[in-house]
Amino acid sequence: MRALLWRRFARHKAAVVSLAFFAVIGAACALAPAIAPYPFDGIDLDSVKQPPSLSHWMGTDDLGRDVLTRMLFGGRVSILIGLLAAVVGTLMGTAIGAAAGYHGGRIDNMLMRITDVAYAIPTLPLLIILSAYSRAALVSMVLIIGLLSWMTTARVVRSQVLSIKEMDYVEAARSMGATDLRILARHIVPNALGPILVGATLGVGNAIMVESSLSFLGLGVQPPTPTWGNMLMDSQATMATKPWLTLFPGLAILLIVLAVNFMGDALRDALDPGGNGR
Amino acid sequence: MGSYIARRLLQMVPLMAGISMVVFALIQLAPGGPEAALLSSGRFVDPSVVEAYRVKLGVDQPAPVQYLRWAATALSGDLGVSYSTTRPVIQMIAERLPATLELMGSAFLLAALLAAAIGLASALRPHSWIDLLGTGASFVGVAMPVFWLGLLLQLVFAVELGWAPVSGTHTVGTSSLPDHLAHLVLPAIVLASRYVASWSRYFRASLISALQSDYVRTARAQGLSETRVLFVHAVRNALVPVVSVMALGLADLVSGAVITETVFAWPGIGRLFVQAMFARDYPVLMGVLLMGSLTVIVFNLVADVVYGLLDPRIRYE
Repeated sequence: MRALLWRRFARHKAAVVSLAFFAVIGAACALAPAIAPYPFDGIDLDSVKQPPSLSHWMGTDDLGRDVLTRMLFGGRVSILIGLLAAVVGTLMGTAIGAAAGYHGGRIDNMLMRITDVAYAIPTLPLLIILSAYSRAALVSMVLIIGLLSWMTTARVVRSQVLSIKEMDYVEAARSMGATDLRILARHIVPNALGPILVGATLGVGNAIMVESSLSFLGLGVQPPTPTWGNMLMDSQATMATKPWLTLFPGLAILLIVLAVNFMGDALRDALDPGGNGR
Repeated sequence: MGSYIARRLLQMVPLMAGISMVVFALIQLAPGGPEAALLSSGRFVDPSVVEAYRVKLGVDQPAPVQYLRWAATALSGDLGVSYSTTRPVIQMIAERLPATLELMGSAFLLAALLAAAIGLASALRPHSWIDLLGTGASFVGVAMPVFWLGLLLQLVFAVELGWAPVSGTHTVGTSSLPDHLAHLVLPAIVLASRYVASWSRYFRASLISALQSDYVRTARAQGLSETRVLFVHAVRNALVPVVSVMALGLADLVSGAVITETVFAWPGIGRLFVQAMFARDYPVLMGVLLMGSLTVIVFNLVADVVYGLLDPRIRYE
């Protein structure tokens, strides 16, 4: 099964390249303290505002800090927030969707109305208000973004559970006296894992994008901790004279989100034998 | 159809009630509270004055009472008074609304035209270079951070080439229409980019499947001209799912406008929202959030109704 899945995934060449790219960038960012050429807050006033060169591959900023180093450390924060927020959103969406679909009736109705309300509130403005309340730190960013991105997963999981719970093997488990929780955790959710994983993958890209938007508005993780978003915000004023400060962080966000989306698409096609896979 | 719309409108009532409770709870949780603006002036304020102010605003009452009072005034179109300007929130929103509607309208139109052209070209020649280019561009368009695209366009077309102004709605001291339109171009392109990417993909997919359908084959067999087959039979049917995706996208324009208006200093609702955020002007924030939610719900309804109107097979009961 797993081999089949991989073969189907591997048919998307873009997705395989994306996976390799994501792995390399992710590893480089994770190992930033070890491999970065300079300290991330290393101010060097003798070499401020230098364009890309051999000693500073991506140039330096207004304080002489090495942009490549800051990109690596920034990527650590951006990617970590993306991954963790997607995990939070996916867990919450799965729990709510599974509870609604499995129990049905009033619980289903109530949970789905809550989902409707959460869906209707524009996400970015709500995120802006919430992050204005909290002192933006990594943990609060993960929670805020994660807690506002569960709705799609919840709806998908609910519809999956609705059909899976009628299966004979679920009935068999129930007749053997399995508890509701065990049936959900061992029989229903594992069988709905495909769409959950696809949602989680696309959620990573979305969370990275949202984090960078908030940081760009000055609401995300605060300096001196670099993120791709707040590096872009810093670069805005000097964009015309020092374009490399604007170019690299934006390119990093674009490529990472692009890679994640390719992987999500390939995963969706791999898991959906009925789809007219190209 | 009439009874369907009526029922959907009725369903909006509890939905808006739920949303307003969330929004109200957020006001309650706001650090500082309404007297913060009074105290932030830096002058000494007598505690009894603060207390009188709290009583006047009603914030000394229990939360459910406060909610009902707030909801009653909100229903009459009064969303409270801004902390920073002490003007009615609804008035501030109304002032900014035309600029946002203008930007959104032009972005929507631009996105629809481009998406139609790209989708049509891709669907007519699947897997040709133009299709591959369209597919690639749409993947990039979806993954592109909106604010970064804005910065890049400013850098290339405003700073380097000087073809368009960097930001604002008009050059200081002038008020001509061409000048205003020149200011509109870049923000409209930025706001439209994401929608072009997603709509053209939807249109391509649904047009390809329409072109392979039996009714198109029948139409061709009847000897109709290819243009007629394409536009009267295929495109018309292919547009059905796209139109509802477009209506849903409109609801999302609110979020996009926040970023785009900030990058281009466009004086609309989105910019008002960001300014209010930095001033911690909670009534304004909540007013915009409430209006944004209402927009989403209304456009969701529009999407479903349009879907039913375009496809007679869909019957709402």
